[in-house]
Amino acid sequence: MDLMGFFMETGFWMACIRMATPLIFGTLGELICERAGVLNLGIEGIMAAGCMGGWMWVYLGGSLWTGIVFAAFIGAVFGLLHAGFTVFLGLSQHVTGLGITLLGSSLSAYVFRMLLPKATTPPKIVPFQALEIPFLGDIPFLGEIFFSQTALTYLALAAIIFVAFVLFKTPLGLALRMVGENPMAVEAQGLNVFYLRTLAVCAGSAMMAVGGAFLTMSAFDAYYIGMVNGRGWICIALVVFSSWKPFKALAGCLLFAAFDAIQMRVQQQAGMAIPYQFYLMLPYVFSIVALVIMSRKAAYPNALLIPFRKGER
Amino acid sequence: MRLELRENTSIPRLTAAILIAVGVAMAVCSVLIIWAGASPIEGWHLMIKGALGSRFALSETLTRATPLIFTGLAAAVAFRAKLWNIGGEGQFYIGACVAVLLGTRGANLSPLVMIPYLFAAGAIAGGLFLLVPTLLKTYLNVDEVVTTLLLNFVVLLFVNWLVFGPWKDPMSMGWPQSAPVVDAAMLPILLAKTRLHLGFAVAVLSAVFVWWFMAYTTWGFEMRAVGAGLKASTFAGMPITRTIVRTALLSGGLAAMAGVSELCGVKGYLTTDLSPGFGYTGIVVAMLAALNPLGIVASAIFVAIIYIGADFMSRAINISNYIADVTTAVSLLSVLMAVFLTKYRIKRG
Repeated sequence: MDLMGFFMETGFWMACIRMATPLIFGTLGELICERAGVLNLGIEGIMAAGCMGGWMWVYLGGSLWTGIVFAAFIGAVFGLLHAGFTVFLGLSQHVTGLGITLLGSSLSAYVFRMLLPKATTPPKIVPFQALEIPFLGDIPFLGEIFFSQTALTYLALAAIIFVAFVLFKTPLGLALRMVGENPMAVEAQGLNVFYLRTLAVCAGSAMMAVGGAFLTMSAFDAYYIGMVNGRGWICIALVVFSSWKPFKALAGCLLFAAFDAIQMRVQQQAGMAIPYQFYLMLPYVFSIVALVIMSRKAAYPNALLIPFRKGER
Repeated sequence: MRLELRENTSIPRLTAAILIAVGVAMAVCSVLIIWAGASPIEGWHLMIKGALGSRFALSETLTRATPLIFTGLAAAVAFRAKLWNIGGEGQFYIGACVAVLLGTRGANLSPLVMIPYLFAAGAIAGGLFLLVPTLLKTYLNVDEVVTTLLLNFVVLLFVNWLVFGPWKDPMSMGWPQSAPVVDAAMLPILLAKTRLHLGFAVAVLSAVFVWWFMAYTTWGFEMRAVGAGLKASTFAGMPITRTIVRTALLSGGLAAMAGVSELCGVKGYLTTDLSPGFGYTGIVVAMLAALNPLGIVASAIFVAIIYIGADFMSRAINISNYIADVTTAVSLLSVLMAVFLTKYRIKRG
């Protein structure tokens, strides 16, 4: 088995970045929510809703980009629901999040079955095609792996820069980080904690949904029920792994996708020596290990999970 | 608008709030039935008929409620102590695996020995399994929500390997399933010509036990105290870590008993679809009952009615049975809101 061989292959690295894309969207989305002090366990269901919604939009005749906008819109609606419960009413973020996940997953399955009742073989759409960027795509190796992806991958990479910029270089970002650390201080500045948190949860949820949409509209061309398959939960682990920092999140997602790609290659080459189920376990086990390693030093946002109520301390 | 804490929460008000919430959930799902081109009255009528309309339908509903009582109790016990065990699904399969491991041998044993033995062994295994994320939480500060969730996927893949690999029954005509447990391990049927098995009685007794345990024992009180306020219980000198470990053992054990009960009561052999998400649905069951152990029996039966009824309805008229999942999810959210309104009132200004 030639382990070194595929580290040199462009195909392997291209696959890594492709597999990292939904995780980047999901992790960034969760990161924004948690920075503002709201744990969003709805991520798994919101990704499922984006996954189905975006695909269905295109299948019913919409264009790919409006499909992405539609997926983001669905995500934002779920985010609004989550914020209504957890931010305005201050209900348990754990239970609300799980409720949103159950709702998002079951509703997308129901809508899919109702709109396409007779679908035995999953119907297909024409997904995003690889979009090679002129000049940059011609750079050997690095250019090839980074700049001959689909448009959504570029969007994910741009989103990291954008989120990092907004969070750390703008007054809005400062306010968002502050509601996650010390909402009383934000209130004292005359800003509205509720609106800021709602904005963060909606924006974050929209990104999660786009991450889900990537699965059906770029990585693959069909939808099947249960497609998200725990990716949302992995994103929550990746947020802790990245210490709530966007560029570290990119590193975490790439590292994770690399492990995933390696296990697939090893599985192909080593064949049946180890049962395939154990390879499939690796992403989940790796997430747990990553959490264990990073949690000791993890500096959770101070106000995470703590609802803000006016006049209460 | 602002929220004002009510002075007290009465049981009748709480019950009324939960019933209203369930009504809201049914109203939301009526919209989905109308969208599917059917009349909601006909839809709900079919659901009730399918779940409660005959002796057999009723027995099927109670059979479906059995694992939900166990997983609901598992979630309630853990959530009371603010231990976020979302791993009921994984612990369910751990229990089922233990039942197969031990229940496929010892054909000469009496059921009187075999059945308690399997429940006990399954419960211990499930409890120990939840102990791993719990200790990671208490000693290394690792968030148990994510670890218990991720372990569900690991366990399911493990079961997948077992039934496709070493445990595959050579007599199963190629189906991925384990060998069946011996007759002595099969739970006796409670009602002739139905599938309702002893597991239901065990589940109801477990609910009574958990209710008594949480309300009247020191350990139960400590669990509730730790959940209500970690700092105060520390000051009161309570053994925090030990209490959380006990909670984990009880919660994981209850979820694993669901697996034992389902395996030895219904199918007799292990497959990867033994549980259609009982672990996750248990969380809804627990929340619908506002974490009250006795209320869980009622809410488990309610959720079972939705699932069995939706199966019947989807066969009778062309509506996907995923509507059952939607209904339970909406119920969860609306009950959460309703219980909140029993504690707070919304005031203008």
